[in-house]
Amino acid sequence: MIDFSRNHFELFGLPPRYRVDDGALEHAYRALQAKVHPDRHAAASDAQKRQALQASARVNEAYKTLRDPVARAEYLLELRGVDATDETDTQLPVAFLTQQLERRETADEAASAHDDAGLAAISDDVAADAKRLRSDVERALDSNDVVAARGLVRELRFLAKLAEDLDAMRALELDR
Amino acid sequence: MTLFQISEPGESPLPHARKRAIGIDLGTTNSLVATVRNGLAVVLPDTEGRPLVPSVVRYGEQRVDVGYQALACATKDPANTIVSVKRLMGRGLDDVGDDRRYPYRFVEGEGIIRIATRAGVKTPVEISAEILQALRKRAEDSLGGEIDGAIVTVPAYFDDAQRQATKDAARLAGLTVLRLLNEPTAAAIAYGLDNASEGTYAIFDLGGGTFDISILKLSRGVFEVLATNGDSALGGDDFDHRVFCWALEQARMPPLSAADARQLMTRARDAKEMLTGHDAAPIVAELSGGAIEATLTSTTFTDITRTLVAKTLAPVKRALRDAKLTPADINGVVLVGGATRMPQIRRAVAEFFGQPPLTNLNPEEVVAIGAAIQANKLVGNREGADWLLLDVIPLSLGIETMGGLAEKIVPRNSTIPVTRAQEFTTFKDGQTAMALHVVQGEREKVADCRSLARFELRGIPPMVAGAARIRVSFEVDADGLLSVSAREQITGHEASIVVKPSYGLTDGEIARMLQDSFAHASDDAQARALAEARVEADRIIVATQSALAADADLLDADERAAIDRALDAVRQAHDGTNRAALAKAVAALNDATGTFAARRMDRGVSRALTGRRIDALG
Repeated sequence: MIDFSRNHFELFGLPPRYRVDDGALEHAYRALQAKVHPDRHAAASDAQKRQALQASARVNEAYKTLRDPVARAEYLLELRGVDATDETDTQLPVAFLTQQLERRETADEAASAHDDAGLAAISDDVAADAKRLRSDVERALDSNDVVAARGLVRELRFLAKLAEDLDAMRALELDR
Repeated sequence: MTLFQISEPGESPLPHARKRAIGIDLGTTNSLVATVRNGLAVVLPDTEGRPLVPSVVRYGEQRVDVGYQALACATKDPANTIVSVKRLMGRGLDDVGDDRRYPYRFVEGEGIIRIATRAGVKTPVEISAEILQALRKRAEDSLGGEIDGAIVTVPAYFDDAQRQATKDAARLAGLTVLRLLNEPTAAAIAYGLDNASEGTYAIFDLGGGTFDISILKLSRGVFEVLATNGDSALGGDDFDHRVFCWALEQARMPPLSAADARQLMTRARDAKEMLTGHDAAPIVAELSGGAIEATLTSTTFTDITRTLVAKTLAPVKRALRDAKLTPADINGVVLVGGATRMPQIRRAVAEFFGQPPLTNLNPEEVVAIGAAIQANKLVGNREGADWLLLDVIPLSLGIETMGGLAEKIVPRNSTIPVTRAQEFTTFKDGQTAMALHVVQGEREKVADCRSLARFELRGIPPMVAGAARIRVSFEVDADGLLSVSAREQITGHEASIVVKPSYGLTDGEIARMLQDSFAHASDDAQARALAEARVEADRIIVATQSALAADADLLDADERAAIDRALDAVRQAHDGTNRAALAKAVAALNDATGTFAARRMDRGVSRALTGRRIDALG
C-alpha cells in the first residue's frame, strides 16, 4: 500500500529541508490518506484492512511530524544521525534556562492572581522567542551545521513545552 | 412494453447488486435506523410510520419489549424497564453512585454494571443489543433481507470502554459493524454533502444524555475533525431532571417511589418540550403521596437550567482552543440532537459564536442519515460523490507510571488511526511477566483518569534485570478503539497479553453471550425468510395489479374472479407470519395468472407485428 522504508519526506514527495510548503504537505497528505485510509478498505479482507490501518497510521504519524516545526527539526536531525530528543541530556545554556525559570515564576504568580492578561503576555514573549529560534534552526539545518542545530532545537523543544504549560494554565482560568 | 413477469417464489428477478447497508443512531432517549435508497438517505419508520424507537427495553413476563411498547410500561414496571441505558455503557457502579434517577436493582460488584431483571442479570451491552436487534429487524423487514453492514454512531466524547461496549452490543445483535462513527461527524457528513459546504464548522450535539462539540474543516471532499470535546454525561435528561427537582420542591414532596418518580420525570419532559414553542407549561401528576400541580414558565426554566447551559460552553471553549481557533473563525454552527430545540440552548450558542446556528436539517435524524450515507459508501455501494473522513481520538491515552502518574502516549485530538510504541524493561532478574495499566483522560494522576484495562504481558524471555527491551505498541483504529501488542526486541519474542478490561466484558463473556444468541438465531433466520417472502409477494401483487389494469379485457368473469381470489389470498398471507402459507399463496397466484400471462404475451407480440406492418405499408 505504501513503502514503509521511505522517510516522511519521501512519503509525501517533498524535499528533505526545514522549510515546508504547508499547502503542498496538506495536499500530499490528503491524497495519500484518500488511498490508504481504512474507510477505503472497509469491505476488504482482514489482512488488507490490517495493512490499511498500519499504512494510514504511518501517514498520520508522518504528517504530524512534518507539520510541527519542532518535531520536523528533530526528525531532520534524526535523518542525519543526530538524536536531539535524548531526555537524559539536560544541558542547556544557563542564560536560557534562567530566563525560562523566571518566566515560569512570573506565570505562576499571574495564575494565582487569576491574571489572564499577564499569562497572555508571557505566552506572547515565548511565541516571539520561538519564532526567532525557528529561523535560526532553519539556517543551521540548511547549512548542515548539525551541532548548532541540535542545541537550537533543544531550546525550541523547551519553549514548546513551556508554551504548552502556559496554555494549560490559561485553560484552567477559562474553565473556572 | 412490459410483459407480465413471474418468477419462482423465493427467486428474485434481479440479482442483488447493491448491498444492504444501514446507519444506526443508538441514542440515550431515542434510536433510529436509516439507509440509502435510490440515492437518497432515509430514516426507516415502523409499520405505524414512526421514525424513532424509544431506547427503552422491558424484560416482561413472557418476552422482551423494545421501544414504545416498553416505554408504556416504564411507570408501572420501573425495575424491569431500562431507560437511558446508554448512560451506563462502559461504566461501573461507582460511576452511578446512589443516583435517584435509576430505579433498577444493581448487582453489587466491581467492573461493568449489572442489573437484576425478571429475565436474569443483564449488562448494559446486552440491553443495548436488544435495541440494536429491534432496529436490525426493522431494517431487514424494510429492505427485504439480511443487512450486509452497519455503522453505529457513538458520542465523539465516548471513551474506549464506552466505544467497546457499543461495538460488543452491535455484534451481539448480529450486526456486521463497518465502523463506529462519531455522532457529530455523522451529522457533518449529512450536512456538508447536503449543502456542499466548505469552511470550518462547529457541530454542537446535545442529545438525551451526552454532549459533543466537534470542530471540522470541510474542504475539497475531506471532512477533517480538528478537535472534539464534550461531556458524556450531560444531555436533555439532565434538563428533565432539573424540572423534576423543581416540581418536587414546589410541591414540598418527600422522596418518591420508583413508579412516582418515573411518572413525574415523564411530566417534566413533556413540560420541557412544550416550552420550546410556549411561554409556560403545566406539570400535573397524580402521585401516591399526593398531587402535584405547577406551572413552569420559560423564564424559570431558563433560570433552573442556566448552569447546565454553561456546562455545554466549557467544552466548546476547550475544543476551539485545541483547534487553535476563535469563535469568529467558525463559518457555521450546526445543531444536532433533540435537546438543541430548547430556546435557551439556541440563544447561548448564537451568542457565543456571534451567529445564528444552522437548523435546516432535522436535529433528531441528521446523525442516522449521515451514518447511513457513510455505511452505504463503506459497504461498497460506490455512487456519486466521493469524500474522505479524518476523525480524532477524543481523550488522551496513557499508562500508569511510578507514583500513580499517567504518562500520555497518544494525545487527545490525534488523527486516527494512530500507533505509538514505547519501550519498557524488566527490573528483576529473570522477570517473565509485566503489567501495564492503560488509562484515558487528561489529568496527571491515574486516579483522576478512567481506567481502561490492565494488560499483563507474559512469556518475556528470562534475562538479567534491565536487559530485556519490550516494545509495547498501542494502536487506535478508525473506530477509536485501542489494542495493545508487545514484543521483546532482542529475542523477537512476541509476549502474550491477557487483557482485563476495567469496565468491559472479557472475550470469554462476549463469546458466551454470542453462543446464547445463536440459540435464538434460528428464529432470526425464519424471520428473515419471511421478510424476503413478503418482499417477493409485494412485487407479485404490484405486477398482477398493473397487468390487470392494462389488459383485464383478456379475461372472462370466472378467470378474473379466480385471479382476484388468489390475489386476496396472497394479501392475507402477507399480513400473517407463516412463510410456508405465503409461499403457497404466491405459487397459487402464479398458477392462476399463467394463462393470462400467455395471452398478454400474444397480444404484445401481435401489437408489435401490427406496428411493423403499418410501418412497412407507410
